[in-house]
Amino acid sequence: MTDRPSFREELEQLEAVVRQLESDDLDLDRALDLFEEGVRRLKVARTLLTESEQKVKKVIAEAGGTYREEDLDV
Amino acid sequence: MGGLDLFSGGAAASADGAWSVAQVTAHARKLVEAAFVRLWVRGEVTGFKAYRSGHWYFSLRDRQAQVRCVMWRTDNQAARTQLEDGMEVFVEARPTVWEERGEFRLTVKQLIPTDTGGLWQLQLEKAKAALQRDGLLDPARKRPLPQYPARIAVVTSPDGAALRDIASVVARRWPAVEILVVPVRVQGETAEAELCAGLKLADQVAADLVIVGRGGGSREDLWAFNSERVARAVAAVSVPTISAVGHETDVSLTDLVADVRAATPSAAAEAAVPDRDAVRDRLNALARTLAGGLLGRVELATQRLDRTGDRLQATIAARIDHSRGRLDALHATLHALSPLRVLERGFAVARDADGRVLKHVAQFPGGTEFRLTVSDGDVRARVTDGAA
Repeated sequence: MTDRPSFREELEQLEAVVRQLESDDLDLDRALDLFEEGVRRLKVARTLLTESEQKVKKVIAEAGGTYREEDLDV
Repeated sequence: MGGLDLFSGGAAASADGAWSVAQVTAHARKLVEAAFVRLWVRGEVTGFKAYRSGHWYFSLRDRQAQVRCVMWRTDNQAARTQLEDGMEVFVEARPTVWEERGEFRLTVKQLIPTDTGGLWQLQLEKAKAALQRDGLLDPARKRPLPQYPARIAVVTSPDGAALRDIASVVARRWPAVEILVVPVRVQGETAEAELCAGLKLADQVAADLVIVGRGGGSREDLWAFNSERVARAVAAVSVPTISAVGHETDVSLTDLVADVRAATPSAAAEAAVPDRDAVRDRLNALARTLAGGLLGRVELATQRLDRTGDRLQATIAARIDHSRGRLDALHATLHALSPLRVLERGFAVARDADGRVLKHVAQFPGGTEFRLTVSDGDVRARVTDGAA
């Protein structure tokens, strides 16, 4: 449903990258690739974290078991 | 159940064919206990007596009949009511026969006065028992909440304080969240049905978590959250749930069924999302580990490179040393063999203008110019005389 990256996924991937980077049998090329990936994910996670806009929507049921979302001011 | 057919069982033991009193009361007890499950009985308390042992004895009566009751200390300690004669109560009890007195009696497990919402309380207890039977109150059912929810569905009134509280706590702690409000009426006649439908809808919007609740209110206001139907709807939600009904003391049925119970909607929001500052610290720690990981890797590579360089250098140095030694040896050999050494001993070499070595007298006709090489250089010479 949601198109933006999920913070949880980014964080999990980031942790996986760090784990791999800390493992012993890793050549430098791979380490550099992993580092780049880690930095990328870190950036995404930081962006998600600092995103200050909160979205509040109202869910309205429609005929036929579907629903639509509408912005809602709280 | 069939009638209490006490005398046709053929269980009489004595020679005269008569039952003993103990036999008949024991048999009666068995039959009575087998014939009833636990049940709720309504009646007026009379002859109440609390013994020093802590056990309670009383009778329940209505216009037509009465029955003796006992409530053991372990059970009456949990009852929040002080019993008095004349009080009308519901009791959850198990009928039995007290053999020593041959007395039909109720063993009371639970007791609720019919006033002060006792009827509701009774309904609640019944609903709770039904949920319990279906395993919906099993602690093993409780699921952990997602750590970083992206979408949170909130089933509540769209204009109540609960929604505002949840939104403001989430905005402060973890704004990177979509709050999907499923608007329902939380009190009044339609509340039960709307809550059920709302929970079902909340389960379809791909939320990571569902909060159902409302702000505080009177016992009547909160009643929909004690509905068995609503509780079952909470249990049916496929993602983790938080029940947040604004009351400090009472626990509602939805609280018991949800994965997490929060005392207030604000508390529900706190439980639902992590604290941004704490997570930022964690991210920073990860960033450090990440950089450290790469640095470590580079360090390792550098060390390896250094070691390889050292080895290379050492190998080459050894090779050069070896070559130098050989060169020196060759040099010595060469030196030893050098004709110059002969010259040092006092010999000289004669060569013509083209450098050919002159070895025979015949090569020295009178007047011939030639070069004579001695130990420290050449001299020009001429033959003044012919062959001697």
